Amino acid sequence: MSTAAEAELAIQAKATLAKGQGYWAGVFKRVRRDPVTLVCFGILLIMFLAILFAPLLAPHDPYQGSMIRRLRGLQTAGYPLGTDELGRDMVTRLLYGGRLSWFMGIVPVVLAFFIGTTLGVTAGYMGGKVNMLIMRTTDVFYAFPSVLLAVAISGALGAGIVNAILALTLVFIPQIIRVAETVTQGVRNLDFVDAARSSGASGFTIVRVHVLGNVLGPIFVYATNLISVCMILASGLSFLGLGTKPPEPEWGLMLNTLRTAIYVQPWVAVLPGACIFVTSICFNLLSDGLRQAMDVKG
Amino acid sequence: MILYLIRRALYAIPIALAVGFVCFMLVQIAPGDPINAIVPPDAPGDVVEQVRRDYGLDKPLPVQFGLWLFKVVQGDLGRSLATGRSVWSDLSTAIGNTLMLACCASLVGFIMGCTLGGLAGTFRGTLLDRFATGIAVAGVSVPHYWLGMVMVVIFSVQLNWLPAMGAGPGGSSDWAWDWEHFQFLVLPTITLSVIPTGIVTRTVRGIIAEIMNQEFVVALRGKGLTTFQIFLHVVKNAAPNALAVIGLQLGYLMGGSILVETVFSWPGTGLLLNSAIFQRDLPVLQGTILVLAMFFVALNLIVDLIQAALDPRIKRA
Repeated sequence: MSTAAEAELAIQAKATLAKGQGYWAGVFKRVRRDPVTLVCFGILLIMFLAILFAPLLAPHDPYQGSMIRRLRGLQTAGYPLGTDELGRDMVTRLLYGGRLSWFMGIVPVVLAFFIGTTLGVTAGYMGGKVNMLIMRTTDVFYAFPSVLLAVAISGALGAGIVNAILALTLVFIPQIIRVAETVTQGVRNLDFVDAARSSGASGFTIVRVHVLGNVLGPIFVYATNLISVCMILASGLSFLGLGTKPPEPEWGLMLNTLRTAIYVQPWVAVLPGACIFVTSICFNLLSDGLRQAMDVKG
Repeated sequence: MILYLIRRALYAIPIALAVGFVCFMLVQIAPGDPINAIVPPDAPGDVVEQVRRDYGLDKPLPVQFGLWLFKVVQGDLGRSLATGRSVWSDLSTAIGNTLMLACCASLVGFIMGCTLGGLAGTFRGTLLDRFATGIAVAGVSVPHYWLGMVMVVIFSVQLNWLPAMGAGPGGSSDWAWDWEHFQFLVLPTITLSVIPTGIVTRTVRGIIAEIMNQEFVVALRGKGLTTFQIFLHVVKNAAPNALAVIGLQLGYLMGGSILVETVFSWPGTGLLLNSAIFQRDLPVLQGTILVLAMFFVALNLIVDLIQAALDPRIKRA
């Protein structure tokens, strides 16, 4: 199957070369024709800008509550999405909450991307004992369901943003190592790498010039998919009280504190979760779109 | 064949040991002296020293791990700081509850996933395929703890059809197989099953689609077999890989049900973990994680063995 796929890739590569187009121009063109990916990208861009400019957009103070206007419903005058259990404006809290949720959803994946790619490419390229050491260690972390591992590490370390990010990074590193190792092994034995080796290039140069360019794409696509998972896990940790601490706004934590309000204002209480869902599904679909546009297998 | 099975089973031993080591290290990485995980904070100094010697905490780390491991294989997971009971006594009932929830959710996910994935893989590109793929994407990207809350809002708060939390009438956790108790299982099961539904749908669709593209299917059609007969051949080829994914889902659900159990106050390992985290009851935390992880290791092994037994191509690899 892999040889057929490689042949197909080679034909496609030749076709794009013949047209005088670069690889990225082709990817861009395919993304532009994919409405789902474009819509998801648009939604994410709007959300990103909204949380980035939260201080300008937010109508109220995110920490200033009031006992007399607790738990107002949707479409209350001045508070279009109601107020939370301490009387704080939900629009403001959701805007500010997105900052921490996005931060905790993306940072662990970025960290894991760098560490995991380094280790995975090293394991895949070097082979032998190095590969054995790195991959067997990875197997151990794979023996834990990811939610359990995240809860275990941050539960032992104690609540806090840094601990949660540390725990999530540790959860994702093994997953990225596996992908990086597999694609690197696929590239390592291709002819152009042999050619570079026979021309006297050092191992480091070969990896930098010839291997990385061919493996970063698939790893990147996999990592964008992980953001979707990381968003859910990070907010989940906060939901359990293991991530952010009150009164800091964060979608998972807001969902947790509003849980007591589901009998009073059910639709206000579930709003933060809807934000997590929309972000997560958009990253997921974006990742699928990129996978297709970049023609990554698996 | 036998050789492969033995080799795979032997490989599980170092993994299990390493998993044990990670669980052992959980208490070590926790901030503060690990002795605080055993004695209450207000204990006098000489008692603390006594306990430290008794538990071997004055010895080097590898020796400590050995001693800990020796106790764990005998089934001694230590005592809870909060209740003073042995960790295993609380854990054994909790595991039963979690296992029941996870099995029900896996079953629902398995049936839904195979149906949707099978249909989507067979009728690729149709509206049905899009619908199934949409469900699959939503299933893997929904924060299930939130979905649980939405379910409670709809079915408990608004419609008042099903109970919102607990595992039995009046807050009791004694299970019985009647509707009184069964209704408590409905919402958590549906909530927890969205993840396996999404993943199984995606996987089965991919597997079926790949098999349908193979030449032997064209050959079967050329031979004049009916669609149903071809379908049986496809199922036979898809089963080993599909089973592997489905089997592992049970393990993921065992470990991942903590959030759903928190939402529904389901008296399982998740709720136990949750309270252990809040009371900083490290022996309970460690014991629960260890048992769940070991369950996952064992499940991994069983899935691999079954897969090898079903698919003779594997043992050659």
